[in-house]
Amino acid sequence: MGIAGSERAGPHAGTADASGSPASFDVQRIRADFPILARTVRGKPLVYLDNAATTQKPQAVLDALTGYYTGLNANVHRGVHELSERATEAFDAGRERVQAFFNAAHSREIVFTRNATESINLVAYAFAKPRLKPGDEVLISAMEHHSNIVPWQLVCEATGATLRVAPIDDRGELILEAFDRLLGPRTRIVAITHMSNALGTVNPVAEIVRLAHGRGVPVLLDGSQAAYHMRVDVQALGCDFYAATGHKLYGPTGIGVLYGKTQHFEAMPPFLGGGDMISSVTFERSTWNALPFKFEAGTPHIAGAIGLHAALDYLDSVGRDAVAEHERQLLEYGTEVLSSVPGVRLIGTARHKASILSFVMDGVHPHDIGTIVDREGVAIRTGHHCAQPVMERFGVAATARASLAMYNTREEIDVLGRALHRVREVFGS
Amino acid sequence: MTDLNDLYQEVILDHNRCPRNFHAIADATHRAEGYNPLCGDRLTLYMKVDGDVIADVAFEGAGCAISKASASMMTDALKGRSVSEARALFDRFHRMVTMPPDRAVEDLGKLSSLAGVRDFPVRIKCASLAWHTFKAALEHEQRTSTE
Ligand SMILES: Cc1ncc(COP(=O)(O)O)c(C=O)c1O
Repeated sequence: MGIAGSERAGPHAGTADASGSPASFDVQRIRADFPILARTVRGKPLVYLDNAATTQKPQAVLDALTGYYTGLNANVHRGVHELSERATEAFDAGRERVQAFFNAAHSREIVFTRNATESINLVAYAFAKPRLKPGDEVLISAMEHHSNIVPWQLVCEATGATLRVAPIDDRGELILEAFDRLLGPRTRIVAITHMSNALGTVNPVAEIVRLAHGRGVPVLLDGSQAAYHMRVDVQALGCDFYAATGHKLYGPTGIGVLYGKTQHFEAMPPFLGGGDMISSVTFERSTWNALPFKFEAGTPHIAGAIGLHAALDYLDSVGRDAVAEHERQLLEYGTEVLSSVPGVRLIGTARHKASILSFVMDGVHPHDIGTIVDREGVAIRTGHHCAQPVMERFGVAATARASLAMYNTREEIDVLGRALHRVREVFGS
Repeated sequence: MTDLNDLYQEVILDHNRCPRNFHAIADATHRAEGYNPLCGDRLTLYMKVDGDVIADVAFEGAGCAISKASASMMTDALKGRSVSEARALFDRFHRMVTMPPDRAVEDLGKLSSLAGVRDFPVRIKCASLAWHTFKAALEHEQRTSTE
């Protein structure tokens, strides 16, 4: 198991050369680590461009999962026997790996959840709800995923607080001055995405935290998308909470992460009650376990934590900067290719964006685009991407979205480009 | 493997480009909203039922080619029919789009052009959205009439 804090130089480690391109980044070797990429779809090689929905898993993650179930399976924190001790060690090592990945100060500041959605709900219910009074405000942005809208609507409804929404401009960038103006004396929390899944926009989160903290307002960042595309240092950002989801980090489904500052986690009541989260129980009263276990009721996703550990090791062995640079070049190329298809319009053209190409095509509904490119083996997402307010903002019912990860290639972008020309052919335009 | 051209037949593309009966009916007796949350397709169906006859039927909305063409062809097919004929047609259409793709389909005229969705399981909902909305419009009326 990897040691916390290690950024191990793996076989694919990339270093940038003078031109900025990752010289030693060997995408073909990376692809070979992902078994699913070798399969065909509808008789064509799979071109997987739906990474914003979930990323594929490298062999190392699959091995870690199998290794746990075949050699280590036992419940954690409960047994004195060898297997339970070893499983507990592996589970705890997973937490330390996550701590190192996000550069949190302590492993007790990392809580395992099911996914980012549960992480956000935990903060909404256990942190925000007890503090919200009628007339108080929760501030989000117009580019949020439903996961960072609905929990806030629910706690606002329950407390009489008001949900305020900071607007975005035609490029899909947050209007920072408007955000600043909306930060008022009644704002109790800011919850905002680090990177938009529908537009690709990367928000100036350090600045957002600075502005909010200037008014004494805590900040939750939704890192579901950002975490697998760029370095995230929660201490440097200074955010109060950071939510992420394992299945987009090349890890298993069913494991999510919530980072929270110790002072907040200590002050918060538990979110769910049950086993593992208590230190003692009588029918009169129970006392809570120490952090982070207070927030982890019941048997956790042990295999998930172990698999996520392997995923983060893998991502760092490739090198997060090298991945970011590779994806930046692909995004640039993809933007060119899509813009050259007649009738295609990109939705989301922020100056700072990553890995997402959301687009519409004149006279063709995104759903039809999705079906036609699927016949060419190309997997993209079509629809509202769980961000209906974003669709409304841009006056579209849906978009088609190609989203990139470390294993995508320029050739795959070319396949997408050709498939889009095929769409035009089918629709006779 | 089914060719894309079986799904996007000329008649479907034509109804998508120029949908028939694509407007509201001011004095509709029945109305229902259809929504497919998966792809965001939305349509509003208007019907004017006179006695037992569907005197007029039209729709508005936005959606993919399949859902729009299906709604357009449906309105053509329902106009002038009795309610019980229309219900029977709903059943036949539903059977056609949900039947295994290797089975021959009954000839439903233009509507048969939509049988291609059977090879594209996620698109079956697109083809049937208008029909389910039609059914909802009818049911709604029945419920209100029994009050
Ligand atoms: C920006 C953003 N927030 C939240 C989520 C929710 O992630 P999950 O479904 O894993 O909880 C997603 C992914 O779907 C996302 O892209």
